[in-house]
Amino acid sequence: MTMNNQGRPTAPGTVESNELPTISGDRGLDHEEALIFEIGRAGMTGVDIPQVQMSDTKLGGLRRKGPVGLPGLSEPEVIRHYVRLSRMNYAIDAGLYPLGSCTMKHNPRLNEKMARLPGFGDVHPLQPEATVQGALTLISDLMRWLTTLTGMPAVAMSPKAGAHGELCGLLTIRAAIAARGETRRRILVPESAHGTNPATAALAGFTVDEVPATRDGHVDADALEAKLGPDVAAIMLTNPNTCGLFEPRIKEMADAVHKAGAYFYCDGANFNAIAGRVRPGDLGIDAMHINLHKTFSTPHGGGGPGAGPVVLSAALAPFAPLPLLVQDANGFRMIEDRAELPAGAQPFGRMCAFHGQMGMFVRALTYMLSHGADGIRQASEDAVLSANYILASLKDVMSAPFGEGPCMHEALFDDSFLEGTGVTTLDFAKAMIDEGYHPMTMYFPLVVHGAMLIEPTESESKESLDRFIHVLRTMALEAKAGQRTRFDGAPRLAPRRRLDETAAARKPVLRWKPKDLPQAAE
Amino acid sequence: MSETRFTDQHEWVRIEGDVATVGITKYAAEQLGDVVYVELPEAGRKVGQGGEAAVVESVKAASEVYAPIGGEVTAGNTALSDEPAKVNADPEGEGWFFKMKITDKNELTKLMTADQYAEFVKGL
Amino acid sequence: MRYLPLTNTDRSEMLAKIGARDIDALFRDVPKAAIVGRSAFDLTDTKGELEVDRLLSRMAAKNVAAGSAPFFCGAGAYRHHVPAAVDHLIQRSEFLTSYTPYQPEIAQGTLQYLFEFQTQVALLTGMEVANASLYDGSTATAEAVLMAQRLTKRSKAILSGGLHPHYAETVETVANLSGEVVRTPVTPGNAEDIAALIDDKTACVVVQSPDVFGLIRDLRPIADAAHAKSALLIAVVTEIVSLGLIEPPGAMGADIVAAEGQGIGNGLNFGGPYVGLFATREKFLRQMPGRLVGETTDAGGKRGYVLTLSTREQHIRREKATSNICTNSGLCCLAFTIHLSLLGEEGFSRLARANHARASALADRLSKVKGVSLITPSFFNEFTLKLPKAAKGLVDKLAAKGIIAGVPASRLMPHEADATNLLIVAATETTTDEDYDAFVAALAEAMS
Repeated sequence: MTMNNQGRPTAPGTVESNELPTISGDRGLDHEEALIFEIGRAGMTGVDIPQVQMSDTKLGGLRRKGPVGLPGLSEPEVIRHYVRLSRMNYAIDAGLYPLGSCTMKHNPRLNEKMARLPGFGDVHPLQPEATVQGALTLISDLMRWLTTLTGMPAVAMSPKAGAHGELCGLLTIRAAIAARGETRRRILVPESAHGTNPATAALAGFTVDEVPATRDGHVDADALEAKLGPDVAAIMLTNPNTCGLFEPRIKEMADAVHKAGAYFYCDGANFNAIAGRVRPGDLGIDAMHINLHKTFSTPHGGGGPGAGPVVLSAALAPFAPLPLLVQDANGFRMIEDRAELPAGAQPFGRMCAFHGQMGMFVRALTYMLSHGADGIRQASEDAVLSANYILASLKDVMSAPFGEGPCMHEALFDDSFLEGTGVTTLDFAKAMIDEGYHPMTMYFPLVVHGAMLIEPTESESKESLDRFIHVLRTMALEAKAGQRTRFDGAPRLAPRRRLDETAAARKPVLRWKPKDLPQAAE
Repeated sequence: MSETRFTDQHEWVRIEGDVATVGITKYAAEQLGDVVYVELPEAGRKVGQGGEAAVVESVKAASEVYAPIGGEVTAGNTALSDEPAKVNADPEGEGWFFKMKITDKNELTKLMTADQYAEFVKGL
Repeated sequence: MRYLPLTNTDRSEMLAKIGARDIDALFRDVPKAAIVGRSAFDLTDTKGELEVDRLLSRMAAKNVAAGSAPFFCGAGAYRHHVPAAVDHLIQRSEFLTSYTPYQPEIAQGTLQYLFEFQTQVALLTGMEVANASLYDGSTATAEAVLMAQRLTKRSKAILSGGLHPHYAETVETVANLSGEVVRTPVTPGNAEDIAALIDDKTACVVVQSPDVFGLIRDLRPIADAAHAKSALLIAVVTEIVSLGLIEPPGAMGADIVAAEGQGIGNGLNFGGPYVGLFATREKFLRQMPGRLVGETTDAGGKRGYVLTLSTREQHIRREKATSNICTNSGLCCLAFTIHLSLLGEEGFSRLARANHARASALADRLSKVKGVSLITPSFFNEFTLKLPKAAKGLVDKLAAKGIIAGVPASRLMPHEADATNLLIVAATETTTDEDYDAFVAALAEAMS
């Protein structure tokens, strides 16, 4: 069997609680909260909608026969329920969120206000174009910021997230190769790549060929170049890479790739390190998705929504998906019909309905206008400075496999410093929760053992960084001195102790069920 | 008379006549952690030596299980769908994955004996 | 700069600790030729809030907001009233600025509401299990087709002509890579005979109801025809509020439901972000894409929630994943969940009834205008009119008069001759009698 060695304990066992029990089960400001299905009751509602007379003759005989089964709650109950739930969440607004490769920077509130202007929030994608010129102008302005910052001639705006952008990029590559009359089915992906890269390559119909890393954490450029051939469609690299390092031979790799007739896809997840200082276009990339929810501060929202526009080189630009934003004497319009394509355009198709994540476009442009090119450059510098400050302050007590030289916007540690202590990366991370921090990215990238990837971003004050460093230093020293109390069974102070993920996977319970649940029809 | 052999991919195969029973080793089960799901091949499926035959999943990992020798699958261990934990509890007994009719007994010579496998694991 | 907390003193101290001469030293791995200065970017400098607010407000003012005019667009995005509590709650820091719940001990808020969301989606669609959302209805439909191909080990997908053309194009983009996509002819106002096309190479049939013209489709006979050939029925719903009044796909034999949830909790937002709903039978669980939240207990015996069955996903399975998807629609799911919690059974039912009543009233009035005929005999809150001339020209004319009269079908299907004179009109609980008066009068004038 392939020894995918990310297995680690996923069932925590039981622990004694030595807390003083309360009568209510709640503790101070920490409230337990049931499901809405357990709280609600029939006939109650939180929205007063009048009952109307309605004839059902126009429903095609398909009027709903039974109730949906939704619980009823009043507005005060709904607000209390979701407020209590919110208080069980960590958030960047509440504390440092050192998640490597996620760029948990501050989410400016002006972004939220602008996105909610009725002229942006209350417009329909299919309104007559004369009535949405402001929206189309915004998209055009954002496109200009993205292409200028990256030094690329074109950008596809419709992908709904980074992974969706990766798919878009690979599909333009596939179309460009087909247009040359060739068939190339192999894509080279570093073993340090984020899982979306090989998953996307497979989805786009390619086979994945892994490129190893060198001992100093870079992609092995020699191995990469040796793997090039007439069946290679593209390479997918992340730069700076997932170990937090800039790829020094990137231009050389780009040239070799192009010489072999292939294309260079760049995963733009780490753009926050170089925005305003380096243009990926100058490095020879052909396509790069930009995570607006990372580099450009649109909120992570507990997991989404994201947006992943893809900048494209001149070679790939003709294959950008529909719709295409064009401007003529009458103003802006979206080209959605293949019969109306501008000269040279050969879109591979459509990535999704409508035009893309407008709500995220407004937020990202607000961020860009607020920072300006000078502010974006300063933000990248501060991000890199902060990561290096953390690296320099911790590498003597923790182990940084590539810590000899500077890192970019994130610092990578591994679990060598914990060897022999009985404390794992997982235990270390869970103990951070008790200290009031969200853990860093753990066990990624896969090229080091027990990885801990720390990305502070530019949004932390020096005091905040110093506090964080002090806590991690102390934890590392304790672990190495054999003091395990902090780590065993952590976290203890969070709304929940460690959860049984084994049971959740063996016997999945994915919804609440009423006592008399109707089966789905055969 | 039954003989058991081991692969360097951490599968074991026990031969009784021309029926083989296949599973993963204790070492593999320990590395994997709590097994939550097993994807078994259907009866009738033909696999070559070293071909992908099954998938075993823990919470955080999914691993392919390869056929130690070539043949045709006759049965999967359906008990594992209700109780994947058997793989952790008794990986080399009740936690077996599938049975197969083998094509070429000589393929066994490519595999390790229990002692050889124990040595192999020590060196990992 | 207001968002950057480091001072120049801080920066100097930090550089000193690092032992670097200046910030450039930290970029030493970057080839010198690739480093550019400020002047390389023809972009503006830092601006204060006031200036940015002014700039963007001016840009927003150039758009006609749906709430400022008689407004009748649907075709995949619907304008419903979202209670004030929803937007207030989703802007709480702990929801807005939290990450994916990979550390469940400090993310029970997110995990629990997603568990509630999954339950709500399963209840609405009449299916056994639902995921924690995909990007939108169109990509959810594409994922459903890929899932059906995997489950049946067949490659042909048949798309109904009533499927939203953007959805069909999205499906073709990915499904053409792994199989064959066939589209039936477009038959506005009528159900095409899709059952007759199903053969034993068919992985799935994809049918939208109400369809892009608004027609309500009976999925039961299609489900039966598909199952008879061991193919799967994928039901698509673009107006989720319709499930408050119409039989859900799960009750009619659908195997997978791909839906757009925008109509509950989320505004029009010029096309995104929206929220893709995805539900299926429990036996297909392991082939389902997207995140899943499951119930479990913690070490202290308390009930809690975790992301589960992650081995389907990209971060573990990599090139063998069921999908490449990494994000879900997070905050849009939350808005959906909160809005539906506020509505409850009673509110949701009344909302759906109000929509149908409003649309029926408008359809009656409009079809009485000379030259105008209603071609959809059944509908929920959206119907299609046949006009004596091209619908696009009429819509532009009415827009110049301040009326957003709906979506000309030709916008979605520019090469269907039958569609040129068709106008797709949606009416929800937000449309008023005054809006109708204005629309009817303007339409009558345009027809004369």
